[in-house]
Amino acid sequence: MLRKLPDPAGGVVTVIVEGRPCEVGPNDTAAAAALLAGIGHTRTSPVTGEPRAPFCMMGVCHECLMVIDGVPSRQACLVTVREGMRIDRQVGPRALQPAGADAHV
Amino acid sequence: MSESFDLVVVGAGPAGLAAATEAAGLGLSAVVIDEQPEPGGQIYRAVERAARGVAGDALGEDYRHGAGVVAAFRASGAVYRPGLQVWQVEQEGEVLASDGESTTSFVGKRVLIAVGAMERPVPIPGWTLPGVMGVGAAQVMLKASGIVPAGDTWVAGSGPLPLLYLAQVAAAGGRIAGYIDTTPPGNRWTAAAHLGGALRNFPYVRKGLALRAHLKGSGIPVEAADAVAATGDGKVERVRWRVGGQWKEAPCDLLLLHEGVVPNAHVTMAVGCAHDWDDRQRCFRPHLDAWGHTDIGPIMVAGDCGGIEGARAAEVRGRLAALATAAGVGRITAEERDRRAQPLRRELGRHLPIRAFLDTLFAPRRDLLSPADDVVVCRCEAITAKKVRDAVAIGAVGPNQTKAFIRSGMGPCQGRLCGLTVTEVIAEATGKTPGEVGFFRIRPPLKPLTIGELATVTPAG
Amino acid sequence: MTVEADVVVVGGGLHGCSAALHLARRGRRVVLLERRHIGRHSSGINAGGVRTMGRHPAEIGLSLAGLELWRGIADLVGDDCGFHAAGQVRVAETEAELAKMAARAAMVRGLGFTHEEVIDRAELRRLVPAIAPHCVGALIVRDDGAADPYRTTAAFGRRAAALGVDIREGEGLVALVRGGDAWTVVGQQGRYRAPVVVNAAGAWAADVAAMVGEAVDLRVRASMMMVTERVPRFLDPVIGSVGRKLSFKQTDQGTVVIGGGQQGKADRLAETTRIDFRNLARSAEAATALFPAMRGVRLVRSWCGIEAETSDQIPIIGWSRVAPGLIHSFGYSGHGFQLGPIVGSVVADLATRGSTNLPVDGLSIARFARAA
Repeated sequence: MLRKLPDPAGGVVTVIVEGRPCEVGPNDTAAAAALLAGIGHTRTSPVTGEPRAPFCMMGVCHECLMVIDGVPSRQACLVTVREGMRIDRQVGPRALQPAGADAHV
Repeated sequence: MSESFDLVVVGAGPAGLAAATEAAGLGLSAVVIDEQPEPGGQIYRAVERAARGVAGDALGEDYRHGAGVVAAFRASGAVYRPGLQVWQVEQEGEVLASDGESTTSFVGKRVLIAVGAMERPVPIPGWTLPGVMGVGAAQVMLKASGIVPAGDTWVAGSGPLPLLYLAQVAAAGGRIAGYIDTTPPGNRWTAAAHLGGALRNFPYVRKGLALRAHLKGSGIPVEAADAVAATGDGKVERVRWRVGGQWKEAPCDLLLLHEGVVPNAHVTMAVGCAHDWDDRQRCFRPHLDAWGHTDIGPIMVAGDCGGIEGARAAEVRGRLAALATAAGVGRITAEERDRRAQPLRRELGRHLPIRAFLDTLFAPRRDLLSPADDVVVCRCEAITAKKVRDAVAIGAVGPNQTKAFIRSGMGPCQGRLCGLTVTEVIAEATGKTPGEVGFFRIRPPLKPLTIGELATVTPAG
Repeated sequence: MTVEADVVVVGGGLHGCSAALHLARRGRRVVLLERRHIGRHSSGINAGGVRTMGRHPAEIGLSLAGLELWRGIADLVGDDCGFHAAGQVRVAETEAELAKMAARAAMVRGLGFTHEEVIDRAELRRLVPAIAPHCVGALIVRDDGAADPYRTTAAFGRRAAALGVDIREGEGLVALVRGGDAWTVVGQQGRYRAPVVVNAAGAWAADVAAMVGEAVDLRVRASMMMVTERVPRFLDPVIGSVGRKLSFKQTDQGTVVIGGGQQGKADRLAETTRIDFRNLARSAEAATALFPAMRGVRLVRSWCGIEAETSDQIPIIGWSRVAPGLIHSFGYSGHGFQLGPIVGSVVADLATRGSTNLPVDGLSIARFARAA
């Protein structure tokens, strides 16, 4: 369990984590937002289906791959939040195309 | 799109920032490319903001030193290109970096690899469960976002970082349920042989003792253990540890692991630089001369990615590399370089002698290096230590064959989280040294990039 | 001490292992020398195409015979080698390209073979739903496919060893000396004596030929490959292109392997390769042109092997022109994987009977003497 220290000068950004609004700081990463939102796992392994969540928070481990604003396989620990950003779990192998893309498939 | 510089620096930690600052001061054109949005590296992560914010005080004076390093860099005139992932470094000095949409080419007369360290992978039972993270990861969240543990958080591991983190969390008002100290008790006797060097760097010893004293006074339970495991259904729910052959356990919703740091050697390995096995730090490090030159002409290294020496030494290494670059491109004479290097080498002497003591005191335990059969080694491909041993039994002679046999190291992290473990497991199984076994052959790109972006890379000229 | 054998095979790639396996099945004592380890170079890391389609007329009969062996590969080596016969498809993007493929299929039929077939746009989209809509049709061989190259080479090596082949990894060739009716093979570690030597040394085969004074015009190639992260299954056959350098397939794991012959840089003597990303970018371009959905998929790894290519791009299989008792089997660049199982049988025929009934006319090194 994690909590964010109050930061009066910090400002607030609202992101949508797994469909639910969540208030975070403007410099927070999408991975931090997902952890603060308490969604537990942030992806399931495309190999085993097991739940996984951010491990290193510094761009090394690729455990934090998420679907951000519809784009799969973003390293959430390297993405800074924006107002209204949609942050979703990546379930199994990433989709071939971004959600809502003009599909040929 | 291509940009040319005297010095292209990869990584905005203390080594890279100091190198670029020094280079700019010598009249060289320099650029620092970094994947983070703010300068400082992981050690001084978000130091410009945090030094002003709530977490700043809690993080301590060593951290605040980084504000000066960053400020000097900001004032230096060196170019800063944040938010770019370097995905290829060519032996001739070209660096390709992506912003996620398109790639920029940076060409340097010298390229300084200053990508720092990463936490040594801690393959224990249950380490892939959500809620198990690195202490370094938690510290990043504290620095960058002012995030602290609030529930049943346990810290397990060894080394200076857990002690520092415990003190920082306490100062920031966070809560830690307990600390499981996995430092092998025998280490202190082997480390004693290096006490002389440690005492030559007494300020480090004093800080270490202060952190120990702080922990003792904090009321946080401290448990000695020779094994740790996480259990839970879909997320960590309990931490277990073994002491005197008996397992104990406690409720846990966040388990933070740390067993030291190792060089982030992927870049130098991918470029094709020669590496040596460092038996004391149990890792590979690039083969460097006193200035940070690798065996490949324009490619240089400074900081912890060349071997763990700590943030202050990294700064000095960065400046030495900048001096060598200035001499190498004809900006200063070799005599001038040597003259300017003298005080820097003296300063290194204030940071390096402690290392042998720290490396032996916090040397990782054996079963961490070569874990039990059922422990996952390669997180990406979910490969256990047993699978690696089985691959060796049917003829895999090294890490590259285990890749082909069982896919260990073939996932998106490209072997960063399993490479050293695979090497150690094979070494143990074959009776060879890790140096003889070697590491995965690192296949480019250094970071995944989309096929669409690669398609936009146009022929040179 | 000199090790006596019936045949010494030089080279532990797929061709060397296959020759050794077939010889051992016929009861011959075989020593296989491999300077590094089994499958170290291009045998272990090629595209894994099991393709009879689009072959040079001199190779078609042999390749079709080879496909029969692939169908029973598990019986031959005790492993299915990851072989799937989901077809090979060479995509045409224009009517002109499709006409070229129709002419090709007619030419092949004229030679008496019926395996190559032209399909229209609708059939192409049925077989490859993800193909870009502008593609007009394709040439196809429905029972071609792909296998796992390293697994295949390792399986051949393992089975050969199980049948008694003396596989010596880490043993490089130093010299070949003919004395009486046998070769003395000098290795870095030991000496071997056998009436027949097989040169299956891949990119280094010209060095072996040079040891007996036989000049071979071999070019070194380093064809690059790349693999993506896993995606949901969307593709069964192996895709090629009429107008672009491309080979494109989805593996059992869900990753996509993209190749097609774009060249990296090879240092033959150092046995190292480097990726040339500006060339590899052209493979990415070809892949996204045919499969637009690939644009957002991430490349995880790229590599290239070191291969040998002859001046007419087809291999050299058969007896040396100058040295008695030396059988060549090399020069497969880009298309030797499928031939591996059958050419081992050819080599075994030659070594045991002196000749073969399999169709290898036109692949002998003698063709270069005639041209000269």
